[in-house]
Amino acid sequence: MFLAFNTYPLLKALDISVRDWSVLPDVASPFVGLKHYGEALADPVFATALRNTALYAIVTVPGQMALGLLVALGLNQISRLRTLLRTLYYLPVVTSWVVVSLIFKFIFAGDAGLANVVLRDRLGVIPDYVSWLTEPVTALFVVMLLGTWKGIGWTMVIFLAGLQGIPRELLEAGAIDGAGRWARFRHITLPLLRPATLFVLVMLLIGAFNVFISVYLLTGGKPLHQTEVLLTYMYQQAFDFLEFSYGAAISYVLAAIVFALSLVQLRVLRRPALS
Amino acid sequence: MLGRLSTVERTLLYAALGVGGLLAVIPLWYMVTVALQPKIFILEAPSSLWPRAITFDNFLKAWSENDFQRYFLNSLVVAIATTVVSTALSAMAAYGFARYRFRGKEFVFGAVLVSLMVPAIMLIIPQFIVAKSLGLLNSLHGLVTVYVAMSFALNTFLLRGFFEELPRELEEAMFVDGGTPLTAFRHVVLPLAQPALATVAVFTFLFSWDEFTWALTSLNRQELRTLPIAIATFQSAHQTEWSLVFAASLIAVVPVILAFVFGQRFFIRGLSSSGLKG
Repeated sequence: MFLAFNTYPLLKALDISVRDWSVLPDVASPFVGLKHYGEALADPVFATALRNTALYAIVTVPGQMALGLLVALGLNQISRLRTLLRTLYYLPVVTSWVVVSLIFKFIFAGDAGLANVVLRDRLGVIPDYVSWLTEPVTALFVVMLLGTWKGIGWTMVIFLAGLQGIPRELLEAGAIDGAGRWARFRHITLPLLRPATLFVLVMLLIGAFNVFISVYLLTGGKPLHQTEVLLTYMYQQAFDFLEFSYGAAISYVLAAIVFALSLVQLRVLRRPALS
Repeated sequence: MLGRLSTVERTLLYAALGVGGLLAVIPLWYMVTVALQPKIFILEAPSSLWPRAITFDNFLKAWSENDFQRYFLNSLVVAIATTVVSTALSAMAAYGFARYRFRGKEFVFGAVLVSLMVPAIMLIIPQFIVAKSLGLLNSLHGLVTVYVAMSFALNTFLLRGFFEELPRELEEAMFVDGGTPLTAFRHVVLPLAQPALATVAVFTFLFSWDEFTWALTSLNRQELRTLPIAIATFQSAHQTEWSLVFAASLIAVVPVILAFVFGQRFFIRGLSSSGLKG
């Protein structure tokens, strides 16, 4: 069963992507080679989706890492209230994607959404109400804000575990040698956090390239495919237009990117911790 | 001494962490506020973060209308069945991987590892075709079958790591006393593995309780919907009924949050050792 639903589909996807897959069981699915990959290269919507996905990864991954590390460093310094604060930061992580997407949809809704009322009427930082989710740029901003906000807690937990694994003696030795707080962070803490950092980076990148539910619920790729990401486009091709082969080709491009990125990171970052 | 902060620094640190924590929960708090108010107040003053009149009508209405209880039950049945079956199967598989040598072991475990790195949604097209040919679309047991397959890899991976750390001597003592591998597994390994099994079970429950994409794809019949699908569909059909949407969402989310808050130690430990991402 496991092989049927995991390993076999991996190969089956490749097979589907090089045919003109027919949804009907009795109709043949002729082999067409790389035709669908060629289509993807020539497809402007695919290019938009790829660009948006890459942008999402470039913004949300460092965002989550920096903020998560910051919170972890802070929490590592305190003892009272630590559990309570950690819980606050972690709550968005355990709330389902569907629910948080709907919350953001409401906050950034049309005219009288919370974001507009606060930013214009209370703070006066924007001159007019913004139609957040129907303008491509602001809609993508909201999607990225949601992705970052939801992921900080997870990143924080991993970094916090890493920080607690750093022997105090090392930091004390650094202090005796006259290293200031920043120097200790830069030369002791950060290198020792490398395994955690590598792990977080790989997981977050995979997650970022798989952004789907938030975009699907917040914009559905609209307007005019401007906010499409790879998986919403794949999903639409496959399950709205029944273009299974084209959808599978998109999945494979995505899989190839994720795989290549993971390999590069493992190569680049797997250097000895203390040099 | 090391890391000792001055009083001023300490106060600033607490203030910063507190403000950050509040920012982190404001969207969730806002959902609670909206769900607690009569609809009219939300339209009048959407920026209020404090409910101006508290009513539980939205919860009662969300619970009793639109077939909500059926969807709740669907989710509950699917999540419990997935958790039981997946935990049991992966415990047995993990034990096999941890203790026995057999032909093709490395290959099969390699397949498990690869599928850990390939996120489920990339495989949704072939999974759909496989599930269709096996008759697993549009049924709750089909949903459970696919969820078990989806959670199997991670669970096996986690439990194998745990089983390998258990000392073999206890099982060997069982064999000396005439026990079979099965009795050793049931009476020695499983009781010792309870914390690990609980972690795996909690993660599996949360995964199947929250899963959206596959349920959306594989279930066409309305009466089979699970909660995430029902809530998303209801929102797109009733664009202005936000208090009902959020009341329904809270009913769906609160069990998860309670489980997290009370099982936190457990949860965090499992999380940092496995790196499962929510």
